[in-house]
Amino acid sequence: MKAYQVRRLVGRFFFGLSVFALISPAILVFLWMLSLSLKNEVDNMSFVPVFIPNPPTLDNFIEVFERNDFLSYTYNSIIVSFGATGLALLLGVPAGFGIAKARAHRVAALIMIARVTPGLSYLIPLFLMFQWMGLTGSLTPLVITHLVITVPIVVWVMIGFFEGLPSELEEAALVDGATIWQAFRYIALPLARPGIVVAMILAFIFSWNNFIFGVVLANRHTRTLPVAVYNVISFEQVSWGPLAAAALLVTAPVLLLTLLMQKEIVAGLTAGGVKGG
Amino acid sequence: MSTAAPSSAVRAPSTGMRGHNYARNYWPFVVPAGLVVFAVIVFPWLFTLYMSVHEWKVGSEAVFIGFDNYLRLTEDERFLWSVVRTLYFTALAVVFPVILGVAAAVCFHRNFPGRGWARTIFIMPMMATPVAVALIWAMMFHPQAGVLNYLLTSVGLPPSLWNYHPNTVIPTLVLVETWQWTPLVMLIVLGGLASLPQDPYEAARLDGASGWDMFRHITVPLVWPHIIVAAVIRTIDALKAFDLIFVISGGGPGTSSETINLYLYQTAFAFYNMGYGAAMTVVFFVIILLISLVLFTTRRQEKWQ
Repeated sequence: MKAYQVRRLVGRFFFGLSVFALISPAILVFLWMLSLSLKNEVDNMSFVPVFIPNPPTLDNFIEVFERNDFLSYTYNSIIVSFGATGLALLLGVPAGFGIAKARAHRVAALIMIARVTPGLSYLIPLFLMFQWMGLTGSLTPLVITHLVITVPIVVWVMIGFFEGLPSELEEAALVDGATIWQAFRYIALPLARPGIVVAMILAFIFSWNNFIFGVVLANRHTRTLPVAVYNVISFEQVSWGPLAAAALLVTAPVLLLTLLMQKEIVAGLTAGGVKGG
Repeated sequence: MSTAAPSSAVRAPSTGMRGHNYARNYWPFVVPAGLVVFAVIVFPWLFTLYMSVHEWKVGSEAVFIGFDNYLRLTEDERFLWSVVRTLYFTALAVVFPVILGVAAAVCFHRNFPGRGWARTIFIMPMMATPVAVALIWAMMFHPQAGVLNYLLTSVGLPPSLWNYHPNTVIPTLVLVETWQWTPLVMLIVLGGLASLPQDPYEAARLDGASGWDMFRHITVPLVWPHIIVAAVIRTIDALKAFDLIFVISGGGPGTSSETINLYLYQTAFAFYNMGYGAAMTVVFFVIILLISLVLFTTRRQEKWQ
């Protein structure tokens, strides 16, 4: 072998090593989560860790469903995240279209300020408002506050998407006498479907993951999954196995969505640097 | 109608008479979202300002007290310390993810078999539910039964108390924050790398530049604006960090990891002292805005040079 071939091989080896070093913290934590959820309590608490469950047990998952109202928390999470994402799409897709076409960059800047504001600062006034309106105790306040996360994400992604669309077709339609609404409904909207998918996935994920709004606004019956995992299946009282199993169940839908929709998610995140809460 | 078509045909910016009329046709699209944004975002801002000049506790009458809440903040040692801790946490939680994120972006910019999968796995931590992964990290940090101390001692290193000791709790939280948010920096910088021109590299290669030379003198300067954007976003998120700290340390031991956000939560939703909490929110928001603006100015100066 010639010297440059050896050098290339060594280079490749170290490159492979660095990629491995980059992704292994992610892999290890998720594998450890899986391992904790599949082991009994003795193995979970031993100082010399049992890395591979032997034999693996589903008892922890069974306990999560038997001892807690896990299904009703799942129902709450689904209603809140789907509700907030659906409403945000309904409001945010046309808004993104309008802002992009009218080049209203100041409105876009306002949305960026919403991104800067800490989630808690919305909660102090909204908490009091919901009390006065007698809404506490239902899922409505949660859906409304989750709009704080989902609407800016959808509008932000859609502005970028509509700005990138070629406008010739729409203009042709306008010249032929279509109304702006028709141009939006029949030309821009179908073209924007990939952008809508990106906006929908991101809004859903960040709403699903949100903790802070639920921890303040939810009561015993309206807890979403992240709040339930923290509050109910709490750290000191219950053993690690069921807790890890519950944590895995809460985050599994999001991880699956990330695996299935990796291209859309990467595109959306790269474009906007969006993150909720 | 007639105003819309001609001005848009040349993609004119919405300035001047014609452009202005053109823009106005689109307001019905924005109004519904605008109303909701006003109700859930702008109105809370205004109401927070109003509350911050009142003595406002849940269950009793609000009393106007002027700027007393703000003056009280300047004397509240618990608050001042929380500001110091927030800045300390933020500095670390920006520097590490940015350095690692840039390195990761350079790796993922190269083409290699399995890149798509590796990148997907790499961004998993930022997509996962923060509370769920924070709980797993908390189990890993446990001084007796946690896996991390076992790993440390098995390679001959002393065990750590992690989030159970005042001196190590903030670095511990930074570790999790770095694990979680390095991917976001990577994605933003990767976007920058993808848009780089190839010519400077070819010229440098002809001149015999090494890979490191090219990285330092071509890649970093060209991708600098993206690095700054990533740093600003990271700064904002680190200042606002809540879930991880709340779940892993709860601001403890004692108050040794209590950041502004954690103290704010205590003030408003444990002590129900809404007026004081509102004043704290305003100051917190101003701090975030100031730091972001300072970082953004460095970006503009870089552009001029």
